[in-house]
Amino acid sequence: MMVLTALCLTFVVFYLTNLYPNLEKLAKTQGNFRMSEEQVQSWLENNGYAQPMLVKYNQWLGVMPGWTVESEEGIRGRCLDGTATAEEAAQAPRFCGILQGDWGHSTVFKEDVGGIISTRLGNTGYLMFWVLVLMVPSALIVGVLAGMREGSPMDRTLSTFSILTTATPEYVSGVIFIAVFTSSAVGLKWFKGTATSAMENPTFENFFLPVLTISLYGMGYIARMTRASMTEVMTAQYIRTARLKGVSFPNIVLKHALRNALIAPFTVIMLQFPWLLNGVVIVETLFNYKGFGWVLVAAAGNNDIELLLAVSVVSVIVVLATQLISDIGYVYLNPRIRIS
Amino acid sequence: MDPLTWTGSIAVLNPILLVAVVAMLIIAIVNIAISIFVTEGPQQVNADGTIAARGGIPGLMSLLLNWTLMAVIGLVLIYAALGVLMGSNAGIIGAMSQRFLPVWIALTLLFALSIIYKRNLGLYGKLFDSPIGMIGFGLVMFWVFTGIFSAFDLIVTHDTLTQISGMKNKVPGTPVRGAEDGEFGWYLLGGDNLARDVFSRMVKGAGIVVLIAPFATLFAYMVGITLGLPAGYRGGSFDTLLSFLANLILAFPVILLFYLLVTPEIVQTGLPQYMAVVLFLFPMIFAGVLIYSRYSTQPQKCYVWMAIILTPMVLVYLAAINAPGTRIDFWPLDFFPMPAGILVVFVSVVFVNSPTVFRIVRGLTMDIKTRDYVAAAQTRGEGPWYIMLWEILPNARGPLIVDFCLRIGYTTILLGTLGFFGLGLPPESPDWGTTINQGRKLLQIYLHPALPPAFALLSLVLGLNLLADGLREESLKD
Repeated sequence: MMVLTALCLTFVVFYLTNLYPNLEKLAKTQGNFRMSEEQVQSWLENNGYAQPMLVKYNQWLGVMPGWTVESEEGIRGRCLDGTATAEEAAQAPRFCGILQGDWGHSTVFKEDVGGIISTRLGNTGYLMFWVLVLMVPSALIVGVLAGMREGSPMDRTLSTFSILTTATPEYVSGVIFIAVFTSSAVGLKWFKGTATSAMENPTFENFFLPVLTISLYGMGYIARMTRASMTEVMTAQYIRTARLKGVSFPNIVLKHALRNALIAPFTVIMLQFPWLLNGVVIVETLFNYKGFGWVLVAAAGNNDIELLLAVSVVSVIVVLATQLISDIGYVYLNPRIRIS
Repeated sequence: MDPLTWTGSIAVLNPILLVAVVAMLIIAIVNIAISIFVTEGPQQVNADGTIAARGGIPGLMSLLLNWTLMAVIGLVLIYAALGVLMGSNAGIIGAMSQRFLPVWIALTLLFALSIIYKRNLGLYGKLFDSPIGMIGFGLVMFWVFTGIFSAFDLIVTHDTLTQISGMKNKVPGTPVRGAEDGEFGWYLLGGDNLARDVFSRMVKGAGIVVLIAPFATLFAYMVGITLGLPAGYRGGSFDTLLSFLANLILAFPVILLFYLLVTPEIVQTGLPQYMAVVLFLFPMIFAGVLIYSRYSTQPQKCYVWMAIILTPMVLVYLAAINAPGTRIDFWPLDFFPMPAGILVVFVSVVFVNSPTVFRIVRGLTMDIKTRDYVAAAQTRGEGPWYIMLWEILPNARGPLIVDFCLRIGYTTILLGTLGFFGLGLPPESPDWGTTINQGRKLLQIYLHPALPPAFALLSLVLGLNLLADGLREESLKD
């Protein structure tokens, strides 16, 4: 099922990026902007873009041999680096698609897609790690504190806070944070407005704002789910029994209620991952942090077909893997399902 | 003319407001601290066996909190009222408040009428029992009225595209040089980097959001309901296929999808228009099936209703998908020309939203179809569409209405995202996302072009969230 979804999805991306106006734009950005119709056509033929859609897709997958074009200077082909002689071409592998581990060549960055994706994913992985470190504990604490006594002043204050954060998309909170904490107009220069330097040398000063911006949007939702599940648990029979036995309130919350209340938020946290991906794209653009989301915008903006395909493969894997983990984790955490 | 300060001659009120706000915050914090340590206040057992908490320190604190909150709200209202009376004498706040006068009147009328007749208005009336719901509804309606009135050029002070020389990046309250008698004399919220009025652009942007977001959500609901009901009710391979497609769309990162659908090159191929042809069919299918399933035993009535409802819908449909100079250009009666960007943005937002609605409706249907009243209808021999539309759908309305409010907010965020990446709408469009995107480039030096649309979007989405919360609370009370 996962493979089928990934195949369909990449084919949709492939189809849309290979529509003629997109190819024409690609040819003009790669060649020059004053190309005539015939020049565009010949550029496309020389670079293997003029073949039928399905053939190109299968070549990208690696189930059909890569294209080659012979010309006066030598042979150009999908599996070849630049223009090669006949002997070199004979030695090169015939199949080179993602099944052979060849992700293709990026037309924007002039590099191998595999390399770009892995370094950029590393950057984003680092960002996401700190987002999770900040977001998950604070969301759970807010949710548990709000849910342990429904209707108390603390509940109302924290609930208002979490509604406010869910209503603030990243581009709004990011802009507000930059305005308040970094601009010279207000004068609070606590943080830096860009995270470009954080790629080599992340410090609290240049890295905290992007992390905070992504965390806040996801946090409100998780906190509300935690609160709902906590209030439900706090009205359960066994909590009442514990109270009647005279167990102290902190003990009830920490020992009796907490574990059962955290089952539902786990699923929510896992399913937040695809949403975080969105936030990552916005925040990386806003703070100019060159990670996975930044590559997505660059690739999509320039119709870099193979890079865009790799980006969508990775994001589909992330989405489907989190669904799988959340299903497995739910079974593992919930004794009612685990034992039966 | 002199530059305006923020509060002008009503600046005497500022210290009072400051004291009230600080007092409210301190009391709120103390209140929370107390609620951690003091578990229960003194209690009184009533005659009917219930227990009521009363008095004591927590009681006193919450009373104080209410008073200070009232004081703050009262002061804000005084600012607005004085602003309406004094106009630009009361500074930028006053002048803005005066510009918003039509909105204040409409809001007051709406709230007064709704509160008077709230017992006859069903769920809508009950909304006015919950303070949170009322605040949310107020915020939402503020922007709705702003959007409506801005379409008639009532609130805006300047044209959204006119550039006035010397106003580039000027701070809020700068007087317009050489303004003539009929013209408004200030840039209330300053000028952007192209010397256009930030305030007018923000107000006009409300119009775009209020036009697109609710309708796009409604269309997504039509698609989701028309497909989700049979998928949940029938199940089988139809359900498997549709669920697979829905999951497929949901597995796309939204921004990637937008980049694939909304770029000018894709628009050239006519793909968004073909999608519009398909997606805009669903409201008609929905209406048609709705009427047919109700009156299938009375063909005469059925035809009459179909003619009355469907004829205008078909006309609007043809006019909506038809755009001169594109791939679909055959219909002569194009009575409302849709601006180029709007249709594309509309379609992509509907497309992104409908799978989620589909999943919600499908889940609700699978839950409700096991109820006894559905079994009763089946025994009566009702057709499947009658059961789906007239038995299941009305009973699923509670969660659907709440989700509808939340989803309008989400659609607003999506529209902002599109604008933020410069997709869809033209770059000079005054919608909030585009304005934020243009303002953020100079954010380190000039704050005023980016912040007003950011706060506008924030308050609208917040209002929708609070409204949904209020509706949920009130609908659970039944």
